Amino acid sequence: MSNDLLVLDQVRLDIPAGRDWRTLVENVSLTIAPGEAVGLVGESGSGKSMTARSVLRLAPPGARLSGRIEFDGTPVLDLGPRDLRALRTRRIAMIFQDPRAHINPVRSIGDFLTEAMVTHLSVPAREAHARAVRLLADVGIADGERRMRQHPHELSGGLLQRVMIASVLAVEPDLVLADEPTTALDVTTQSEVMAILDDLRRERGMAMLLITHDLELAAATCDRIAVMYAGRILEVQSAETLVQTPRHPYTTGLMVSRPSIDRVAHRLPVIAGRPVAAFEAGAGCAFQPRCTQAGPECLTGRPPLRELAGAHVACVRAEES
Amino acid sequence: MKARLGPLGLATVLLLGVLAVVTACAPLLAPQDPNQPDLFNALAGSSGTHPLGGDALGRDVLSRLMFGARTTLLGPLFTIVLSTAAGTVLAVTAAWAGGRVDAVISRLLDVLFAIPGIVFALVTVAVLGPGMTGVVAGLAVAYTPYVARVVRSAALRERNLPYIAAAWVQGRSAVAICSRHLLPNLRPIIVAQSVSALGFAIIDVAAISFLGLGVQPPTADWGLMVKNGLDSAVRGQPMEAVSAGVLIALVVVAVNLLGDRLGRQEGDLR
Amino acid sequence: MSWPLFLARRLAALVAVLLVASFLVYGLLYLVPGGPMAFLLGNRSGSPEQIAAIRHEYRLDDPFLIRYFGWLGDALRGDFGQSLVYRQDVSDLMSTRLATTGLLVLYATVIIVVAGVGLGVLGALRRGTVDAVISLVNSIFLATPTFVVGVLLVIVFALGLGWFPVFGPGAGLPDRLYHLTLPAIALSLGSAAFLARITRASVGEELRREHVETARSRGFSQSHIVRRHVLRNASIPVVTVTGLTVAGLIAGSVVVENIFALDGLGSLLVRAILQRDFAVVQGVVLVLVTAFVLINLAVDVCYSLIDPRLSPGEAT
Repeated sequence: MSNDLLVLDQVRLDIPAGRDWRTLVENVSLTIAPGEAVGLVGESGSGKSMTARSVLRLAPPGARLSGRIEFDGTPVLDLGPRDLRALRTRRIAMIFQDPRAHINPVRSIGDFLTEAMVTHLSVPAREAHARAVRLLADVGIADGERRMRQHPHELSGGLLQRVMIASVLAVEPDLVLADEPTTALDVTTQSEVMAILDDLRRERGMAMLLITHDLELAAATCDRIAVMYAGRILEVQSAETLVQTPRHPYTTGLMVSRPSIDRVAHRLPVIAGRPVAAFEAGAGCAFQPRCTQAGPECLTGRPPLRELAGAHVACVRAEES
Repeated sequence: MKARLGPLGLATVLLLGVLAVVTACAPLLAPQDPNQPDLFNALAGSSGTHPLGGDALGRDVLSRLMFGARTTLLGPLFTIVLSTAAGTVLAVTAAWAGGRVDAVISRLLDVLFAIPGIVFALVTVAVLGPGMTGVVAGLAVAYTPYVARVVRSAALRERNLPYIAAAWVQGRSAVAICSRHLLPNLRPIIVAQSVSALGFAIIDVAAISFLGLGVQPPTADWGLMVKNGLDSAVRGQPMEAVSAGVLIALVVVAVNLLGDRLGRQEGDLR
Repeated sequence: MSWPLFLARRLAALVAVLLVASFLVYGLLYLVPGGPMAFLLGNRSGSPEQIAAIRHEYRLDDPFLIRYFGWLGDALRGDFGQSLVYRQDVSDLMSTRLATTGLLVLYATVIIVVAGVGLGVLGALRRGTVDAVISLVNSIFLATPTFVVGVLLVIVFALGLGWFPVFGPGAGLPDRLYHLTLPAIALSLGSAAFLARITRASVGEELRREHVETARSRGFSQSHIVRRHVLRNASIPVVTVTGLTVAGLIAGSVVVENIFALDGLGSLLVRAILQRDFAVVQGVVLVLVTAFVLINLAVDVCYSLIDPRLSPGEAT
């Protein structure tokens, strides 16, 4: 599998908590091919955002990151500061959930867009400006010249997220990490922004890791989907087959608990209990306390990810459901 | 509410406790009469009978420090009691009445806030003449907004809580609700703010004494001792100035630490 | 709200403060036991001619408000009356001393900004030993009153080591700066410590902001991030505190000038209070309060320039 763009192998992330360590991500293995879009789906606290940040080594200060992360054949965890910065500047770019918090409020939109081009790519300021205006047009912002002079607080959330997408396009990376790119936006602009991101990504042949809690969104935009729970991957399948035949009880639970226009339900089915983080999980399968299919065998050890009819699933009773 | 003291907290409590005892029992503890000149002890260094030596007139520095604790600490304490009382009454009135009353009180506090405390105190001293009365009166007024501003915003927040409305519905009078319900709930924030104001007040009162406009000689006072000690230092004996100066700094450190801790507890309670 | 309206409002507030302050300063005189006459004469006994002259000069026969506005009008034209002690115009007395005080405050401000911001940024960026040492030193300086610092500096550096002159203002600019070094340090240490603490907190908070994470994810170097994304964002509380402390220096200079026997506005004020020279007290206090209020106004204007969200051009 040497033609994969990104390889995560047994990645684990612990953060310090007092004298102890808290595990946020455990045993995560995942690959992304060039140009491929992979969805990483899970509830809040499942470790999906931390997995994406691990790829850029953006873990919180003091955190311990182990396992193997390889980007285009280079081991990311062994990179020196200079090479790591080079990786961040040109190869991998990240889109964050809340553009209002993630764009410097006291600098103009123009500053935000041209900063990387001018600093990293040594593009002359005037050319960077022209290119930024073109990029704004690409993401559907017509009056770019005016927007360039404005500050973040003068733009709506949807517009700001488009600016964020434009800033990512500016460096033409090979991989885009999109961390809940539409969650903080109004419902009406969500699909618009997602469509722009997806189109431009395909046009430019960029791979994408889409972090989301929205299984349907992931199914609609991604080639493959990985489902995460309590810091581990429970299931990986192509988007089409996952929607038709979910193999893990948790995935099934996520699918039925979504409201749908085609279906009338008086009360949406829910997954009982609350989601746990990796360090809160007991000895057996982390999902076992909430699982309707659980049996006594689920209490002995974390089930490993195994192949089952083209899918990968981490459930000892996957065949039965 | 029970928080671990830690070594720093213990040292703070110990220092303030010792000072309180010394302030209360200075006549019993002081080795010498603080106002007794002794020419043989003038500008003298440390000795058995005078552990911290003598000042320019040969008075015992240690005894003067002990007696000086009274004016140095009671003046600021009195200032803060006055400004806390005035500030709390103004703040609760403003928060409770709202509207025009609130606007007038708030503007008044803004204006007071715009005049530096020490300058205000110097004006009252100019009017009333040098002495502790003028200093305390001036600083008490100058510090009122410091307490009142914080208490007002806390009272506004508290006022809108359901338990006040409940007491109101039960037919209690405004004064009764304020004194029985509102004030006890505001107490932590009032105490925290007053203690942190006390640190500033000690500095300001000592500074005015240092200028010769506060406590008048021959009464012992730390600020005054730093002033006289400067002359002694020029003549070769820095003990008086250094000991009084370091004591003032220590007390302010202790009071500030106490204020920080109270402020943090108050923050934790929210 | 537009810029002119913003400035007009702030200026109106400023005028209100000054009006109240001047009224207080002028009016308090009438609370003196024995009335203004006793205050004006102080401990001196006056001959009937002197008393009549004073009554005439201070318009004591006019109603209070008329006298107040007369005094205020003169003050606005720069005429603060005559000193009873010096037999000189108060404005002349003040103008010769203004330079000393102004230079002292300016010198101290430079020290405060350089040392305070420098140490604060250093503490925020180098957590650990460096930070702990800076914090400890800060706490000590914060709690030590200006006059104690001043006296200790005199004892150690002037009397003990002999590096600096003990007293006096010096002649010529280099010599004056040399003479003003210890006073300026004494005046600035506490404020510099406070500014360092605020800067450290503000820079530390800004470093944890999400937009800094964005900058990191885009591969910018730490120094680039600090320069472009942290310092300016963190500067609002820093500017506030700088303004407040510089305004506070005006009061602090009164004390420092007395330690180092500098002939500035502060020592003039203290002497005038002791000598009950009330025209001088009124004049100096009014000048000090005006400076205090003007600096606070300058701080407000600075905010709007630093943070576009606080600009008066914004409808909020």
